[in-house]
Amino acid sequence: MVDIRSGASEAIPLAEVEDVELYHPKSWWTHYVFSQDAKIIAIQYSMTAIAIGMVALVLSWLMRLQLGFPGYFDFIDADHYYQFITMHGMIMVIYLLTALFLGGFGNYLIPLMIGARDMVFPYANMLSYWLYLLAVLVLVSGFFLPGGPTGAGWTLYPPQAILSGTPGGQDWGILVMLFSLILFIIGFTMGGLNYVVTVLQARARGMTLMRMPLTIWGIFTATVMALLAFPALFVACVMMLFDRLLGTSFFMPAIVEMGQQLQQSGGSPILFQHLFWFFGHPEVYIVALPAFGIVSDLISTHARKNIFGYRMMVWAIVIIGALSFVVWAHHMYVSGMNPKFGFFFATTTLIIAVPTAIKVYNWVLTLWRGDIHLTLPMLFALAFIVTFVNGGLTGLFLGNVVVDVPLSDTMFVVAHFHMVMGVAPIMVVFGAIYHWYPKITGRMLNEAMGQIHFWVTFLGAYLIFFPMHYLGLLGIPRRYHELGETAFIPESAHTLNMFISVMALIVGAAQILFLFNLAWSLKRGKPSGGNPWRATTLEWQTPQTPPAHGNWGNELPVVYRWAYDYSVPGAAEDFIPQNQPGLGMPTREHAS
Amino acid sequence: MAVVLILVILAVGSVVFHLLSPWWWTPIASNWSYIDNTITITFWITGFVFVAVVLFVAYCVLRFRHRPGNRAAYEPENKKLEVWLASVTAVGVAAMLAPGLFVWNQFVTVPADATEVEVVGQQWLWSFRLPGADAKLGTSESRAIGDGNALGVNTSDPNGLDDIIIEGGELHLPVGKPVKMLLRSIDVLHDFYVPEFRAKMDMVPGSVTYFWFTPTRTGSFEVLCAELCGTGHPQMRGTVVVDTEADYQTWLQEQQTFTQLLAASKEQQQTAIASSASSTK
Repeated sequence: MVDIRSGASEAIPLAEVEDVELYHPKSWWTHYVFSQDAKIIAIQYSMTAIAIGMVALVLSWLMRLQLGFPGYFDFIDADHYYQFITMHGMIMVIYLLTALFLGGFGNYLIPLMIGARDMVFPYANMLSYWLYLLAVLVLVSGFFLPGGPTGAGWTLYPPQAILSGTPGGQDWGILVMLFSLILFIIGFTMGGLNYVVTVLQARARGMTLMRMPLTIWGIFTATVMALLAFPALFVACVMMLFDRLLGTSFFMPAIVEMGQQLQQSGGSPILFQHLFWFFGHPEVYIVALPAFGIVSDLISTHARKNIFGYRMMVWAIVIIGALSFVVWAHHMYVSGMNPKFGFFFATTTLIIAVPTAIKVYNWVLTLWRGDIHLTLPMLFALAFIVTFVNGGLTGLFLGNVVVDVPLSDTMFVVAHFHMVMGVAPIMVVFGAIYHWYPKITGRMLNEAMGQIHFWVTFLGAYLIFFPMHYLGLLGIPRRYHELGETAFIPESAHTLNMFISVMALIVGAAQILFLFNLAWSLKRGKPSGGNPWRATTLEWQTPQTPPAHGNWGNELPVVYRWAYDYSVPGAAEDFIPQNQPGLGMPTREHAS
Repeated sequence: MAVVLILVILAVGSVVFHLLSPWWWTPIASNWSYIDNTITITFWITGFVFVAVVLFVAYCVLRFRHRPGNRAAYEPENKKLEVWLASVTAVGVAAMLAPGLFVWNQFVTVPADATEVEVVGQQWLWSFRLPGADAKLGTSESRAIGDGNALGVNTSDPNGLDDIIIEGGELHLPVGKPVKMLLRSIDVLHDFYVPEFRAKMDMVPGSVTYFWFTPTRTGSFEVLCAELCGTGHPQMRGTVVVDTEADYQTWLQEQQTFTQLLAASKEQQQTAIASSASSTK
């Protein structure tokens, strides 16, 4: 068997590495605002994403108030409800999760974890953030323009998305949504090319691909996927803009709308759905793969044990990434496409379950015979395993074409995707923030507040979304702003809706505590030192904490081993940093 | 310890919730009990995996949580175990996929004796069209939609003239006879959804989609729209009544044909013109 530690004892001659030329900031503006330092850009991305995420949180409160207590809140009428769900969905998937995982964690962690001084194109990296901010502002402008934001659902299906029966369809709403997405994609492409080239070209000496931490593998693969998937959304947005503004017929067949014969004819609404989901399904994994990678590192570090089956984990990430491009139409089993597609897409979809299951096995097998420290990052990692397994398994219902028929477009789908791509990745986001906050600020987050935040969020979210599956099983459709008098819906379903809404308010409130903790600990948190978790990866070995511009002082690190040398038999400590040559025993250092 | 306890409660509690939940699927009224069976198989397999994984995690936390002096084992890989787990997973996945595809094959294979029934969706109303005495539906064309022809039936197609048209009313179906639902929309996407029938399908303007089923019990069932179609989406309701053959025939006799509807609308127009003419005099 190949030694997957890639020759921990093999010597790599020290290289003479000069300081690469970086644009060093000369003023406060170029240091903190128009910064080209990936770490500052990461913080800008993250804070913008969290800010817009709070908007999405408030929107979710409003829609839950309507669902739990229909009729009590006059200002939430049907139009508003549909605008809220649309904006909530779009913000969470694109402007929060994608931006946070790739723009936030990607920017902060890629250069540090692979031993680079910065991204390879710092200027494009800066532009990427400012385009993202612009996209967010354009998106938010929808709330203030006549007609309000679009209420077409985050899937923006035409023809309704651009017709008058949908909020924002004939006003500004759909236009600013499409413009905002186009800006986001342009901005992301600048950042994404940066992440890919940096990982491929700027790794420290000795950092072979198969020595990279899984966090980097996850972010790298997700970025490659995003670069391939977002163009499909881009063209779909451009075509829909043409249909709406120029009267073309890409997605518009001959339609009689509210008694009026429209001019367009010959277009195909299903074409849009194919383009949308050709992006939309990989998008699920664009969010999930960074989470997979990060959670692997959290589990390994806090269980003081190497990740089990590292090579299998890498290949699983790559295979999942590749397969996710041939499953998109499982979102369209009842869309009216040729039903025979169902055979193919159900098969590919269920095949993806195998590499995904392998990842789950390897996470729990990493816990086996570990030395589990129940730190906050570890607690969030455990919560991720529970919620991801739950949400992943309900995916086997929806992916299995015939089972999907009764469940599609019901609350079961809502429960499934929230559990698997909402709750689970967000658990990882929290775990990652508790884990890396000390590196970013030099201080630990407050433990007591963190414990409350963890338990309320984890258990609350489970209590929201687990019972919700059963409302879908009962047959309650999604995207109903009120259920009305429906014979098959018993009174008890309304009671359950009320319970879910109350839980949603509580879980939301816990996030305010988390934001408070972020601010409070900045000044008052316990000083952390450079490597509080006694972790092996390079970002914990920087000469300063927080790392200075250029990351590594005068000399770039040299990598001698994989990222998972925890509890190595015979080593002095229960971890060996990647840039340490020997086992850390005084007598044997440099011996090999 | 709290973590272990909560994980165990979560796993056991989820199973108990599943078994005791009053929120369960509606009593079935079609031939698609195969679908229900596939869901049941899937629940068993996935439920077992979920409980096993969560309990395993709980056990690990209990047994291997940090105590002073502990050190983790060092085991980077275990090929045998990894291959074994992957194989068991593949078998489990196949056990769910195989019955799924088998039933899907039935779902997409419409029986030759199925009667065609057309459902037309528009914001926010259901209409229906049944073949008349010739047992054939006439062709349709959205450009033909106009006064007296709300569904756009081709006036030049003789097959369409005897079609029975129900605008915004109830659809009746005879029990025990397979029907092929032809789905058409004249404006935006809709989805014809009757929970008790289990089957549903989007309606797409510009094309005709379909599904088939056999109603297996009489009764009145609510039609919902399952594809967000604008502000009135939740209010887009209709009714399907499954009748005995005799009741069905009685109902059928009371319905209007396309020809009758066209004539009625022409008459209405003429009286309207006449009355406006007389009022101006």
